[in-house]
Amino acid sequence: MDEIRKRAKELLENQTAKVVIGYGEGTAGKTRAVFIRKPEDTGQLIFDDRCEQNLAVYLLKHEVKHLGKLAIIATIPVMRTILQVASELQLTENDVVILGITPEKNLIELEGFKSVEDYLKTQDVGIRKEDKELLTKLTSLSLEEKWAYWEEELSRCIKCYACRAACPMCYCLRCFVEVNQPQWIPIAPNDLGNMEWHLLRAMHLAGRCINCGECGRACPVDIPIHLLTFKGVEDVHTDFNVVAGMNATMESVLSSFKPDDKETFIR
Amino acid sequence: MTGTSRIKYAPNVKIIRFPCTGRIDFMLILKAFANGADGVIVSGCHPNDCHYSTGNFHARRRWMVFRRLLEFVGINPNRIVWSWVSAAEGAKWASLVNTSTEEIRKLGPYDSYHKLANKPLEKEVFNG
Ligand code: SF4
Ligand code: SF4
Repeated sequence: MDEIRKRAKELLENQTAKVVIGYGEGTAGKTRAVFIRKPEDTGQLIFDDRCEQNLAVYLLKHEVKHLGKLAIIATIPVMRTILQVASELQLTENDVVILGITPEKNLIELEGFKSVEDYLKTQDVGIRKEDKELLTKLTSLSLEEKWAYWEEELSRCIKCYACRAACPMCYCLRCFVEVNQPQWIPIAPNDLGNMEWHLLRAMHLAGRCINCGECGRACPVDIPIHLLTFKGVEDVHTDFNVVAGMNATMESVLSSFKPDDKETFIR
Repeated sequence: MTGTSRIKYAPNVKIIRFPCTGRIDFMLILKAFANGADGVIVSGCHPNDCHYSTGNFHARRRWMVFRRLLEFVGINPNRIVWSWVSAAEGAKWASLVNTSTEEIRKLGPYDSYHKLANKPLEKEVFNG
């Protein structure tokens, strides 16, 4: 923790960064994102087991970007997000200083995207064990059981769009759910609207989701909504051998193709 | 070619034309179910025959992901029949429509999805 504060202070003092995005103490024992702009405020920065939020969601926000050069406390999901949005041409190496944090909570310097790529190659970036188990369990159900499960889960959705707001890959300035000429997805949180919204969200994140799980954590009614995008993570790996967020120059999975993509269902 | 060759096929399909399979947003398939369809045939030119050169290759990737996602939430993927049919393959089109109609008729009306849309399908439409 001291190491993080010290490094953040240096960066702000020598003007390498204008803002350091990190974790601070929140309310009710929770942590929150803090945006440190003065060297004397770096004491607010903390890092412990509670610091799970994917902070990279702030990197592309207009009001944050405009503060000047950013530094960010980067856990593995944050690093992967950075590479993914860089591959989507939303961020360049010069936009951000990466203060990497290893799973052992040590600070590491990562100079440039290449070193992030090299570092990630040595790390476990798979889906967490408990989510993996849930995915396997759900996959083994019959179609009717699956439908019943999701119908029940999604019926609780209140369309607050917290899952969208929390996801660093949902950076479109105008989201398809706001398209109203014609009304594309019903606005009301009704059964059809919820189903359509979530299937579309999952498709728009296929090949882009870096399995940080932030969407699921953000949901106020505890829908395991991250499982829908995790499913895509598994599928693009099986079908196209692609893992998102490992490479800053890779092609987007669904806007590229191989002439010999193999499927078994087209007659 | 099907029409020109006077080939008869099941009258259950409503044709919706698109410039290219690449234009078929997966959402449009869901909209078909929401509007009362029990099954959907998605069809277009064979790979390498695309007028826009790569539209169907892109579409194919998207379908691969979409199909698995549908299955994951419990939508029977067999309610969507995918097939490459060129403009010259009149007989293939006719038999595709006939077999698909049969297969989907066996699956029955898609009540569980129609229920979501709160638009129960009229009986007589299904019975053709
Ligand atoms: S969809 Fe969820 S798990 Fe995937 S990147 Fe977005 S917030 Fe993270
Ligand atoms: S966060 Fe939960 S309740 Fe809100 S829109 Fe997403 S799934 Fe629905």
